[in-house]
Amino acid sequence: MNLQSQKSPSGKFNGLTLFDKIWDAHVVSSIENGPTILYIDRHFCHEVTSPQAFDGLRVRGLKVLRPEKTTMTADHNTPTIDQDKPVTDPISRNQLDTFSKNAAEFNMPLFYPLGHPNNGVVHIIGPENGFTQPGTTIVCGDSHTSTHGAFGAIAFGIGTSEVEMVLATQTVLQTRPKTMRITFNGNLNSSVTAKDLALYMISKLTTGGATGYFVEYAGEAIRNMSMEERMTVCNLSIEMGARGGMIAPDETTFAYVQGREFAPKGKDLERKLSYWKTLQSDENAVFDKEYSFDAADIQPMITYGTNPGMGMGINDYIPEIEKIDEAGRISFLKSLEYMGFKPGEQLLNKQVDYVFLGSCTNGRIEDFRLFANYVKGKKKAEHVVAWLVPGSWKVENQIREEGLLEILTDAGFKLRQPGCSACLAMNDDKVPAGKYAVSTSNRNFEGRQGPGARTILAGPLVAAAAAVAGCIFDPRG
Amino acid sequence: MEKFKKLTSSIVPLPIENVDTDQIIPARFLKAVNKEGFGDNLFADWRYNKDGSPKIDFVLNNSQFIGSILVAGKNFGSGSSREHAAWAIAGYGFKVIVSSFFADIFRNNALNNGVLPVMVSPEFLSEIFYDLQSNSAMTLTIDLENQTITNNVNRKSEKFEINPYKKECLIKGLDDIDYLLSKKDLIESYEKSID
Repeated sequence: MNLQSQKSPSGKFNGLTLFDKIWDAHVVSSIENGPTILYIDRHFCHEVTSPQAFDGLRVRGLKVLRPEKTTMTADHNTPTIDQDKPVTDPISRNQLDTFSKNAAEFNMPLFYPLGHPNNGVVHIIGPENGFTQPGTTIVCGDSHTSTHGAFGAIAFGIGTSEVEMVLATQTVLQTRPKTMRITFNGNLNSSVTAKDLALYMISKLTTGGATGYFVEYAGEAIRNMSMEERMTVCNLSIEMGARGGMIAPDETTFAYVQGREFAPKGKDLERKLSYWKTLQSDENAVFDKEYSFDAADIQPMITYGTNPGMGMGINDYIPEIEKIDEAGRISFLKSLEYMGFKPGEQLLNKQVDYVFLGSCTNGRIEDFRLFANYVKGKKKAEHVVAWLVPGSWKVENQIREEGLLEILTDAGFKLRQPGCSACLAMNDDKVPAGKYAVSTSNRNFEGRQGPGARTILAGPLVAAAAAVAGCIFDPRG
Repeated sequence: MEKFKKLTSSIVPLPIENVDTDQIIPARFLKAVNKEGFGDNLFADWRYNKDGSPKIDFVLNNSQFIGSILVAGKNFGSGSSREHAAWAIAGYGFKVIVSSFFADIFRNNALNNGVLPVMVSPEFLSEIFYDLQSNSAMTLTIDLENQTITNNVNRKSEKFEINPYKKECLIKGLDDIDYLLSKKDLIESYEKSID
């Protein structure tokens, strides 16, 4: 590992970063010594963080300024079985009904309720339908909005007050963040996924290590990634506190975007492509902070604690208490006590009760391919409860079309219906207290997957290995 | 939004690092369609037993510690963008949160709900926790106009940072939407320029 951080001189006659270029193109106006009014090209909206914003519009007697720039999908508080039947929990049903009523009352044209072919997890349906495009500004009342940065966009999560601002004015007030570049030199070893790379990075930077910064990911390992892998990396930017993460668009990006339902077409596409090709940091651009890592150092990762920064290689040992900063020891021990682990312990062969494949982090087709490829010809461990939740109906269709469903079924797995599911356990997909879940989601916070649930974050391959072995198991054999 | 200028209050200590938004308000409480009642579920999983009875060892259930200032370990509010976390803190009655580090989105959400996040040095923070051991009724004074926080036991003061625009919003009780709505002309001319 080569962990170095440098502060830059503050002058800006250096080149521009990718972030600078997009940000500057979206500034409506700046308040002296204050935030910027930033124009938003695409707003994604879901049922949990939007009702109070629509209420706010009603109270103030306002309309939605640009309804065609908001895409709405129900995902957080939705069941992953029997979606064709009425939602049984009355409070959840009321939230979903409120979402539909708001869409109708405010004439929102891009509304994807349960059952709609474009429905699914907000950060999955955005890219797959061509809403997510390079050079744009994207917000959503959800911290994992950073996912869309994979296309070379400025994408970040906002609170409900800000959702109301975007609905009313198509802008938000934002303080310009500092810039950070994280470079991954060389290539990942086989059986090491984008998720492992991200968990490795967060374990080095900690959960607050990038707070106040917007991160650009660079280097050979990132360049060689598919769009879906890039989305996984950018998705987890928030887990080290970053405002967002982004990757300069290239041929991989352009090939992914073209031909999707809401992507530009014809002359418009040609015009946009020539702009998109200018979107990279200038060679002499200076970042406020830089880190670099060797991709070859990264192993399949797992977490052992209750924040995503508490991660280690699957064969490693939990740190001894002496290795922890004095001020952090109480929190460290509290975290291990919650998890039922001890300092210095190795987690290989620990029994696993639940496996969750899905979420905006790892709910795309490539994740299902990796998982299916591993379990092909094997059997799920009998005691493991496995929840395989595609990120969208489009992903679900692809799983069927590619014959993955057959492989999964033969190995003893069932597929559920799209949604955020056990990632935040707002619906019935809750891991019981004290049980261990290997989860491809993004947060291992106390109670995140249900009160008392113990989450071990991992990539789709480690999750597949755990589902088959019934314990923490190195997918490399 | 309520106006904020100066506050002296006793404190509620939470000397834990990385208090995330799932602890502040667990996801199962996010099903509401209004902003009311979140204060009752603030820190729900630390505060209540499964049967709903209070966990006596949690600070919110300890009558020794009452006040409108929450003092927490570093990196407070990490995780989800849910503004419900800020509604829960405001709903419970906290006006100020003191920590040595805040997560970005949470800090914005707090400010948008009239709750002032005050970032202090790690030393200032540990002195509060230290002084509290012998004086559970100790108070802090937060003076927003002068951007100072004072530990009224050891009489030490520290300056804290706040964006001048946000400071004015809090002092006058204005919110961002009022401001943005007043800039509609600028927004429309920006839209014309990109067409």
